[in-house]
Amino acid sequence: MLETIWFALWGILWAVYFVLDGFDLGIGTLGPFVAGTEDEKRAVYDSMAPYWNGNEVWLITAGGVTFAAFPKTYAVMFSSLYSALLLILFALIVRGVSMEFRSKFTSGFWKRFWDTSLWIGNFLPALLFGVAFANFFRGILIDGEGVYQGTLFSLLNVYGLMGGVLFVLIFLVHGALWLTIHSKGPLRQRAARAAGTLWYPLLAMAVVFLVATYFSTKLYENYLKSPFLLVIPAAAVGSLLMIRVFVAQSHWWKAWTASAVFVATVTLFGVTGLYPNLLVSSIDPMFSLTAFNSSSSPLTLKIMLGVALVFVPIVIAYQVWVYRFFARKENSVAPEVGPGQEAAAARIG
Amino acid sequence: MDTLMLSRLQFAAATFFHFLFVPLTLGLSILIAVMETIYARTGNEEYRNMARFWGKIFLINFAIGVVTGITLEFQFGTNWSRYSQYVGDIFGSLLAIEATVAFFLESTFIAVWAFGWKRLSPKAHAFVMWLVAGASNVSALWILIANSWMQHPVGFAIRNGRAELTDFFAIVTQSYAIHEIIHTVSAAYIVSAFFVMGISCWHLLKKQHLSFFKKSFKLGLNMALAATLIVVIQGHANGAKVARDQPTKLAAMESFWDTKKSAPQYMFVIPDPANERNLVELGEIPGGLSMLAYHDPNAEVKGLKDFAPSERPPVTITFVAFRLMMMLGFFFLFLVIAGWLRRDTIEQRPLLLKAFLYSLPLPYIACEAGWTLAEVGRQPWVVYGMMKTADAVSPIAASQVGISLLAFIVVYTFLGLVAFYLMASHARKGPEPEAAWPEAATEEVKYA
Ligand code: HDD
Ligand code: HEM
Ligand code: HEM
Repeated sequence: MLETIWFALWGILWAVYFVLDGFDLGIGTLGPFVAGTEDEKRAVYDSMAPYWNGNEVWLITAGGVTFAAFPKTYAVMFSSLYSALLLILFALIVRGVSMEFRSKFTSGFWKRFWDTSLWIGNFLPALLFGVAFANFFRGILIDGEGVYQGTLFSLLNVYGLMGGVLFVLIFLVHGALWLTIHSKGPLRQRAARAAGTLWYPLLAMAVVFLVATYFSTKLYENYLKSPFLLVIPAAAVGSLLMIRVFVAQSHWWKAWTASAVFVATVTLFGVTGLYPNLLVSSIDPMFSLTAFNSSSSPLTLKIMLGVALVFVPIVIAYQVWVYRFFARKENSVAPEVGPGQEAAAARIG
Repeated sequence: MDTLMLSRLQFAAATFFHFLFVPLTLGLSILIAVMETIYARTGNEEYRNMARFWGKIFLINFAIGVVTGITLEFQFGTNWSRYSQYVGDIFGSLLAIEATVAFFLESTFIAVWAFGWKRLSPKAHAFVMWLVAGASNVSALWILIANSWMQHPVGFAIRNGRAELTDFFAIVTQSYAIHEIIHTVSAAYIVSAFFVMGISCWHLLKKQHLSFFKKSFKLGLNMALAATLIVVIQGHANGAKVARDQPTKLAAMESFWDTKKSAPQYMFVIPDPANERNLVELGEIPGGLSMLAYHDPNAEVKGLKDFAPSERPPVTITFVAFRLMMMLGFFFLFLVIAGWLRRDTIEQRPLLLKAFLYSLPLPYIACEAGWTLAEVGRQPWVVYGMMKTADAVSPIAASQVGISLLAFIVVYTFLGLVAFYLMASHARKGPEPEAAWPEAATEEVKYA
């Protein structure tokens, strides 16, 4: 029972991480294609600057919780995916410093340098998270000792790459909607158009991925066993369609919320399909790591549950407060103060 | 080189680099919170300018601290997977608690602080900085509890082929952890205080912004005095704890070979580990080591020869790291007292000003030496007496680790240079007049 609760929390943490940091990853990837002038580039940065760090901690917590609740999975998963994970981590390093340091340099060369690294630092994790999760769904080459028998390139199979492309598209739409809400003028129009246009390839990719999932993975077994679980994929399909409806009506907050639901339900769809597996072995299902054969002792799980039940609601409460705090800031900006002027006032570093 | 050696080098590079930025975060956050509190109480604008000036340096430092911490969090899985499986039941939970109770708080509110100058009242703004400072220090607390458990494992039983938690309370309240926390956190305050004092003295030497930097200097001096006293006095207790819990580390840090009652302390020693002796031993204090380690001049101290060579840590590194840290500790105490006695006329004493300026990097060196002592001195164990480092490493190809180590070196060198350049150029510029603060928009934007 404790194991199942922790499995659910594990899935939820990843879902929250993708919902929150997903818009950063998407905006960073989309940025160069919608922002032309220096002022617009700044507006792109500003739309994520106050949030990215707090969002990223959800990733740290997802990692920490994997370690605490399922140490064997933590060990095998991250050593197996060594190169892929380090690529993600380096990309996140580069992203963080680009966010913080770009404004401190005045020369055009350095601005371009940080712009490029910001793009890599967002695009690469978006892609690799998708590749990694698709491979989790499909199973990876781990043997009975928990030793990985493949290479970085065995992860780049067709299904894995489809997962990568799907994640990039999901985050692009998610980020484009966020940027639409948080920008003005032509930039806003371009972001809005990007959200509407990218929705079509997203829909196509989602359908292709769902079909491929049927052939490449065993995710649907749980759904056939307990059909009521089908509400999760149903919610995913519904929210995906709602994104398009709200975009057509220019209801940007509602569209973003639909997109957030979509990101969360896509993650939960995969995680629920995996249960009770955390890491499927494609060599032999006997070698798979599950919530039961890789979990911590009951005492640790209980203590951690106590910590999570007390602190996670507190975290959510103050993060909600902070999001609203910054939202108030935007509303208080007089309409004639465009992003340009706002940013022009900002050369303080 | 094999996977083990490469992984050790990589872990050392990553933690050392992380800990170049951590101490300043721990102490400077408090100093800035104090400055803002004074401003909120007295309305003296100078203190607000101070919080802004030091705050910008703080943000640069904080950014690198954060991004380098993330790799550490995952490196236990990537490089030390056998370790993670064996002790994850205990160690993993401590890391997860650190993230939930501390990282969220600091990472979320640092943004409120950076963007909230105009939207928050001075009191609220100061309070936000106290939140950040509190969260940073709480994060240190948990990671150090985790590290102390590796130094001195308690509260567990070996079951199901791994270490399982039996007594959580014993782990978080053990004396090893309490000592390590007090020592490391005070050491971090020394770093921060010397950082503030060093930069202040640079400006005072140039005779610019006198009032501003004298006030900054004094705030740093107060912190330095308290922290140095604690570190040096409590350092002895730290040594006594090592003698009790890790006899091999004590023997190595003193380069002490033959078990003896009433063991002497030497002022000057050159170790010769190849021949299991010391080349030079000068300035004998009879019974000194027994006294320091056990508070009894007749106590028996175990020498390195009592342990099989495979159970001994690298002697020279451990020994040098300890001596270096200790000598720097006494030097800091001396300098801080000298500064304290002349604190009101400090701007007229170029010699002292220069001494403080050039001492700026020394506490960093002392901290890294302290960690070298603690971690290298623990070898060959990763968890003392329980698991060897060689058994902890992941079953992965050496080439993978070699490439990532190279990437760490390249990326971190670049980050270090950028951070140094940014901090130095900002420190040099000095405080900006308030007129230069952004007023055009309703809210300032820091990044962009
Ligand atoms: C929470 C745990 C933890 C913490 C707070 C630290 N370390 Fe550590 N350290 C380890 C956990 C660890 C480790 C995982 O246990 C390693 C890896 C291999 C080993 O023997 O211990 C290690 C090894 C290790 C080594 C290599 C020793 C050797 O292999 O000979 C060095 C030089 C350091 N560490 C330095 C540091 C520094 C500078 C730290 C300051 C932040 C630090 N450690 C904090
Ligand atoms: C080797 C073990 C360590 C791991 C796994 C680790 C992990 C991390 C992580 C993930 C972060 C980023 C948090 C964020 O995004 O806000 C971080 C930052 C931080 N860590 Fe560590 N850390 C280690 C060692 C230490 C030690 C020994 C201390 C203190 C004594 C420490 C103190 C801090 C502080 C204060 C921060 C805040 C950011 C900054 O440094 O500016 N860490 N650490
Ligand atoms: C006379 C002064 C000092 C003494 C006697 C002393 C003693 C010690 C001892 C015995 C250890 C090893 C503890 C262990 O392995 O668990 C240690 C570790 C350490 N020292 Fe010192 N120390 C002194 C001064 C300093 C100073 C001035 C600094 C930095 C500014 C510093 C920073 C550290 C750090 C960061 C560690 C590693 C963390 C820990 O294990 O607590 N020390 N010290």
